[in-house]
Amino acid sequence: MIARLLEGVPRRGLAALGALLLLLLVFPAFASGYLLSVGFLILHFAFVGQAWNIMMGFAGQLSLGHSLYVGLGAYAAAALYVHFGISPWIGLGASVGVAMIAGAVLGFLAFRFGVAGVYFAILTIAFAEFARIGFDHFSWVQGSSGFFLPVANYTTNDLWNLRGSPKMFYYLMLAMSVAAFVACHALLRSRMGYYWQAIRESPEAAQALGVNVFRYKMAAVVISAAMTSLAGVVFAFYYNNLFPEQIFHISRSIELILGPIIGGIGTLVGPLVGALLLTGLAEGMREAMLQLGVEVPGVKQVFYGICLLLVVMFLPHGVWPPLARHLGLERGAGRREER
Amino acid sequence: MPVEIYLNVAASGLLTGLVYGLMALGLSVIFGVVRVVNFAHGEMMTLAMFLTLVLFNALKLDPLVLMVPVAAVMFVLGYLMQAGLINPFINRPEHSQFMLLVAIALVLVNVQLIVFGPDAQGIRTRYSFDSFKLGPLVTDASKVYAAGAALVVAAALFAFFRFTLLGKAIRACADNYDGARVVGLNVKRLYALTFGIGSACVGAAGAMLMVVSDVTPAIGPANTLLAFVIVITGGLGSMPGALLGGLLIGLTEALGGVLFTPSAKSMFAFALLVLVLLFRPQGILGRRET
Repeated sequence: MIARLLEGVPRRGLAALGALLLLLLVFPAFASGYLLSVGFLILHFAFVGQAWNIMMGFAGQLSLGHSLYVGLGAYAAAALYVHFGISPWIGLGASVGVAMIAGAVLGFLAFRFGVAGVYFAILTIAFAEFARIGFDHFSWVQGSSGFFLPVANYTTNDLWNLRGSPKMFYYLMLAMSVAAFVACHALLRSRMGYYWQAIRESPEAAQALGVNVFRYKMAAVVISAAMTSLAGVVFAFYYNNLFPEQIFHISRSIELILGPIIGGIGTLVGPLVGALLLTGLAEGMREAMLQLGVEVPGVKQVFYGICLLLVVMFLPHGVWPPLARHLGLERGAGRREER
Repeated sequence: MPVEIYLNVAASGLLTGLVYGLMALGLSVIFGVVRVVNFAHGEMMTLAMFLTLVLFNALKLDPLVLMVPVAAVMFVLGYLMQAGLINPFINRPEHSQFMLLVAIALVLVNVQLIVFGPDAQGIRTRYSFDSFKLGPLVTDASKVYAAGAALVVAAALFAFFRFTLLGKAIRACADNYDGARVVGLNVKRLYALTFGIGSACVGAAGAMLMVVSDVTPAIGPANTLLAFVIVITGGLGSMPGALLGGLLIGLTEALGGVLFTPSAKSMFAFALLVLVLLFRPQGILGRRET
C-alpha cells in the first residue's frame, strides 16, 4: 500500500515533504499564541483548498459555493453538541452526511440537466446563498443572531469533545491536512482519478471512451463536500461561534479557493503553498499596519484582490508548477495544456 | 390581508424589477458578445451609485439627469477594463476569466469600502415622498420615474443594436468571432466598446436605483448575484430575456417579502433560479447553445 503510494514520487520531493512535515510538527514548540493561530489558519485553508481542488483541479468542475459545505458541517456538529451533548467525533457523521446530501442534490440537478461551466458555478453560489438566508431564519440554531458553543477554561485538552488549547487544534488540523494530502495523492492515482482528469480535459472524449461522466462528476462533488464539511466541524469548535452571514457568505467561498488557485489548480502541493503565501502575507500586512497605526477595513481584501489579479495574469497555472520546475521537483501533476 | 396590498406590492416589485432588468441587460450584453461573465457587475453598480451620490451632493441635480454623466464615466471605465485587462483573457479557460473578474470585484468593493465607508447613504429628491394613485393602486412616484427611465434606456439600446452599423458589427462579433475577423472587423475594439456599453447600462441603472434606495459597498456582491439570477432566468445573452427576468425577480422578491418575511425575500429569487436551471437551463427566452 505505502509502496504503491510512493511509486514514482521523486526522492527530492519526498525529502522536501518530510522536512516540511517535521517543521510543522515542531512549530508549536517555538511559536507564540498568535503565530500558532496563524499556523492553524494556514492548515485550515490548505485542507479546504485540497478538498475544493478535487472538484476543480481533478474533475474540472468550478465550485464558487464551497462555504455551503463548511457551514453545513459546522452547524450540524455544533448543534448536536450544544443541544444533545453529542461528541463532535460522532456529530461529524451528521456533518459529512448533510454535506454529502447537499452536494449530491446540487450535482444531480446540475449534471442531469447539462448545467455546466459558468452556469454550474452560479448554481453553486445560489445554493450557498440559499443556505445563508435559510440559516438566518433557522431558529433551532438561533438564526441570524449567531450560534455559540459553551466556552470553558482550557486547562486540560478534551480531545473527545474538542475542547482544548489552540495547540490541540493545530495538531488536529495538521493531521487532517496530512491525511487529505495523502488521500488526494491516492485519489489522483486511482482509476477514478484518471477518469476525473479525462473528464476535466474533455467530457465528450471521456464519454466516448465509455467513462460514466455523470457518475464520476457526482463522485467528485460528494467527496469534495464530505471533506470540506470536516473542516467546518473543526472551525465550529475552534471559534465557538457561528454566524450564517459569515460562514455561508460568498466572500468566504472565494477566500477558500484563493489558496489552490494561487498555489496551482490541480496540483497536490498548490493548496498548501497558496494558503501559506496568502495567509502569511495577509497576517504580515496586518501586523505591519498595526505597527504603523493604520486601521482601515478592506485594505486586506484589496491586497488579496491585487495578488489574485497578478497571479491570474502572469502565472495562469499558479505559483507551484513553475516553482517546482525551478526546484527540480516537477513530475507533472498539474494542468499543463494551453488552450 | 386585502387584495389591494398584494396588488400594490406586485406593482412596486415590477417597477423595481425594470431597473434590475436594465442592470442585468448590461451583464447580458457583455456575455452575449464577449462571452465573459462579468463577476464584478454588482460592484460596478454600487460604484455608479456612489458616483451619482457624489455628483448629487456637489451639483444638486436630479439623479435621472446625472444618469448621463454617470453612464459616460462607466462607459470609459468598462472600455478600459476590457481593453486593458480582459482582452488578453479572451482565449483563456472559463475559470481563469472568472478569477480575473473576481479579483477585479474584490478590489472594487473594498476600495469603495475604504473611500465611502460601510454606512448606508441615500439621497432625497423633491419627489421622494410623492405617490401616484391609479384606482386601488398607490405607487411611489420615484419608482415610476426610475422604471420609466429604465424602459427608455433599454429601448435606446435595442434600437442601437438593431439599426446602427456599429450595433450590427457588434452583433456580428457575437455570432461568429472568426467570421467577424475575416470581414475585417476589429474584434478586440468592438469587445471593448461592448463592455463599455454594458457598463454604461449599469451606470444608468445605478443612477436610477439611487432614486429608490440607499447604497452601501456591501450590496455590491448581492447585486452581482441578483444580476446573474436575472439573466439566467431570462436567458444569458438574450436582451428581452434580461428585462423579463428583471420583472420576474422583482415580482418574486416583492411577493416573497410580503408573504413571508422581507429578510428572506432573496431565497425566493434563488428558488426561482433553481427551478429555471432544472427545467429550462438556457433560460426562459434563451437559445440552447450547441
